[in-house]
Amino acid sequence: MNEEGKVIAHVVPFRVLVGIWFALVLLTVITVAATRVDLGSANLWVALFIAGIKASLVGLYFMHLRYDAPFNALVLIGSLLFVVLFVGLALLDTVHYQSEMIPGYAPAMEQR
Amino acid sequence: MNGEAAHLAHHFDTEEQQAASSKLGMWLFLATEILLFGGLFCAYAVYRGNHPDVFVYAHRFLDVPLGALNTLVLITSSLTMALAVRAAQLGKQKLLVAMLSLTLAGAFVFLGIKFIEYEHKWKHGLLWGERYQSQLHYGEAESEEGGTEEAPPSGEGAAPPIERSTFPPAAVGPRGLATGDREAAAEHGPAVEPEKVQLFFGVYFAMTGLHALHVIAGMVVIGWILVRARRGQFGKDYFTPVDLAGLYWHLVDLIWIFLFPLLYLIH
Repeated sequence: MNEEGKVIAHVVPFRVLVGIWFALVLLTVITVAATRVDLGSANLWVALFIAGIKASLVGLYFMHLRYDAPFNALVLIGSLLFVVLFVGLALLDTVHYQSEMIPGYAPAMEQR
Repeated sequence: MNGEAAHLAHHFDTEEQQAASSKLGMWLFLATEILLFGGLFCAYAVYRGNHPDVFVYAHRFLDVPLGALNTLVLITSSLTMALAVRAAQLGKQKLLVAMLSLTLAGAFVFLGIKFIEYEHKWKHGLLWGERYQSQLHYGEAESEEGGTEEAPPSGEGAAPPIERSTFPPAAVGPRGLATGDREAAAEHGPAVEPEKVQLFFGVYFAMTGLHALHVIAGMVVIGWILVRARRGQFGKDYFTPVDLAGLYWHLVDLIWIFLFPLLYLIH
């Protein structure tokens, strides 16, 4: 029980929810603005990093993970780990054999 | 309002345990959804890794302001959904109905914007696989009748198959071609169209299409929850369906949060 007389679960304060929303909007603006700055290949990682922060905010506060039993968060993190495994192992193959796949066509690799 | 025990299934000891179990079940489902989209993200990663020129070239056809607007729309609908759950927890039925309605409205707006984007692509032949029509005339429109290596596709409907450009892909071939305006070419990217641009649009439509299907499914769920809320079926002692619908909707938002930069904000 908390002070609002709730029986079952924690209620996220209104101010917190709106604050998180505002942070998400701000981060979206930053993401778009960051594409104007040329950081080469780092642009992708910056965008993904900001997206990760946004995802964490949504997960922790909108989806209650901050206040829930930790096992729920474990399920989420576990699934993300498997996605990383999935994509990572697939990518091991990707750029490596490129120059041998189609002769003369390997835009991602240095031309020899 | 029903008594506490009315919602408690016989195999649970307490309401708290029942609610916690429901939530865990929902999270396990969300994990499967994450893996589902993970498969498509994997396809994106592999295709982009093998054909970066295609992605750099083709993403320019996407409308970044519309994509950003859609991102904000979904983020806001996530807020209204979280506020709906909060309203249910506090037993505020009118507020609950209002917040659910706003969430639903946000979803409509999202699909509306998506429809506008899809329609534009359909009109210009920016589609998947064999339906893709060469966009070589795109660079010409920017630089007033520049080089015309190939006949531009005729308006709507059946255009004769365009002969593929024989120039090598942008990473290897000369940058920009015979438009007479090097700066415009450099700014708008290669006037030479890489091969296999349809790869990008295949990935684009598969990912945003599957996401849109999930938005539609979410709208059905939220619509049903809205009907139940208006019947007064949720309150301080029982709001689990609202909670679970909220989790699903936040996941839909989460997926778009990653789709947006990966598809719209490529460099």
